[in-house]
Amino acid sequence: MPSNDTDIELQLLLEAIYLKYHYDFRTYARASLKRRMTTAMARFGCQSLSQLQDRVLHDVNAFAPLLEYLTVQVSDMFRDPSYFRALRRTVLPLLRTYPSLKVWVAGCSSGEEVYSLAILLREEGLLANTILYATDINAKALQRAEAGVYELGRVAGFTENHRKSGARSSLSDYYTAAYGNAVLDKSLRKNIVFSDHSLATDSVFAEVQLVSCRNVLIYFDRALQDRALGLFGEALCRKGFLGLGAKESVRFSAHADTFDELVRDDRIYQKRDVA
Amino acid sequence: MTAFAPAPAPAPAPAPALRLDGIDAVVIGASAGGVEAVSRLLVGVPAGARASVFIVLHLPRERPSLLASVFQSKCGLPVHEAEDKEPVQPGHVYVAPPDYHLLLDEGPCLALSSDEPVNYSRPAIDVLFESAADIYGARLLGVILTGGNQDGAAGLAAVLRAGGRAMVQQPDSALVSLMPASALARSPASEVLGLDDIARLLGTLPTCVTP
Repeated sequence: MPSNDTDIELQLLLEAIYLKYHYDFRTYARASLKRRMTTAMARFGCQSLSQLQDRVLHDVNAFAPLLEYLTVQVSDMFRDPSYFRALRRTVLPLLRTYPSLKVWVAGCSSGEEVYSLAILLREEGLLANTILYATDINAKALQRAEAGVYELGRVAGFTENHRKSGARSSLSDYYTAAYGNAVLDKSLRKNIVFSDHSLATDSVFAEVQLVSCRNVLIYFDRALQDRALGLFGEALCRKGFLGLGAKESVRFSAHADTFDELVRDDRIYQKRDVA
Repeated sequence: MTAFAPAPAPAPAPAPALRLDGIDAVVIGASAGGVEAVSRLLVGVPAGARASVFIVLHLPRERPSLLASVFQSKCGLPVHEAEDKEPVQPGHVYVAPPDYHLLLDEGPCLALSSDEPVNYSRPAIDVLFESAADIYGARLLGVILTGGNQDGAAGLAAVLRAGGRAMVQQPDSALVSLMPASALARSPASEVLGLDDIARLLGTLPTCVTP
């Protein structure tokens, strides 16, 4: 039960957003969501979450920027290089045995992660036989992801991460610099399918060998986290792989028994083979 | 009225309650000089304390943090780096991991976020303190120690607003005084103490009743 006025207002606002726009934030982790909502409230010039609710209900143009605000997530290419190193060393040698591959990047936001995986797969000679599904609920983020254009100022960090991931090539092979931006090579995109998908309300759409979903589950409450991990378990083929964020785990979830730890420090799991 | 009326005595400073009865959670924030300062506080926490302790120290990004093991050597309670969705246990100490905000959520359980830095910091002290104030209210003690930016000032104010207790390291005694001075300027009602006095007070945290 909500314990104070702000909690009551927050719950009503989330209900309103769900009823009107069918985006379900009711099962997002409350503490972070509340922080984002109260910041958004100030940004929208509202004095309370009730005022924000009034605005969102009666001004359909207000919802898109709010959604953007609630879901935007900035990541870096090759964030946590050791994760990509572990994929390269431990997971890709096993994936290589499949005639063709499907990879799902769930919650891809503006695309840094899916392009990192595409580059990794190309370096390992697997990209041509792979389809990457990059999904998110934020349409604007998906557009940015599809464009594959990043500020040049961020590229030094990306390059350093890429190098630490055990790179077999130079990141500069995959972009051209223009007008202060790095524009990623279009050929990387050929095998990527960008699509709107909600881990809160949609179901599984394909069988995949690898799911990469990093720093997304931390925004979900435990019930929604369970739902998402359930979807991953369903989507993964027998003995398929799941990669989570550096501080996420399946340990506190209802699906703890669905997955075995494969690379503990890098949060890479393998779907348990049920006899 | 006579000419001999004594000058009005200055109002006595409200004596800080000398014990931490009723405190179930302690949040500690520090930046520059913080490893040493937090270590000195943790020495004071009694081994059987039932309060949970949460620590945000500003850290360089992308380096595996050794803080939990550093603090463990100073402290009678188990110390861990926080994991997302981990249920909070009484008598445990949790340290925010580098490059994530640490929050308290319903349960109570720990929550992490990758949201943008606050006060140029991730983890940010304000984020921990404000979320903890929401969950623990009057059962929370917030402590701001040495540091070179203003993170924590808004958080400590939130602790007081929610009815909790606020403590600030005496700015003069801090290695870097900006952080405690900013917190104090924003929340003048905070108790101002030296590190050893705060450590001594933490020694009065309620302990678990042994059966």
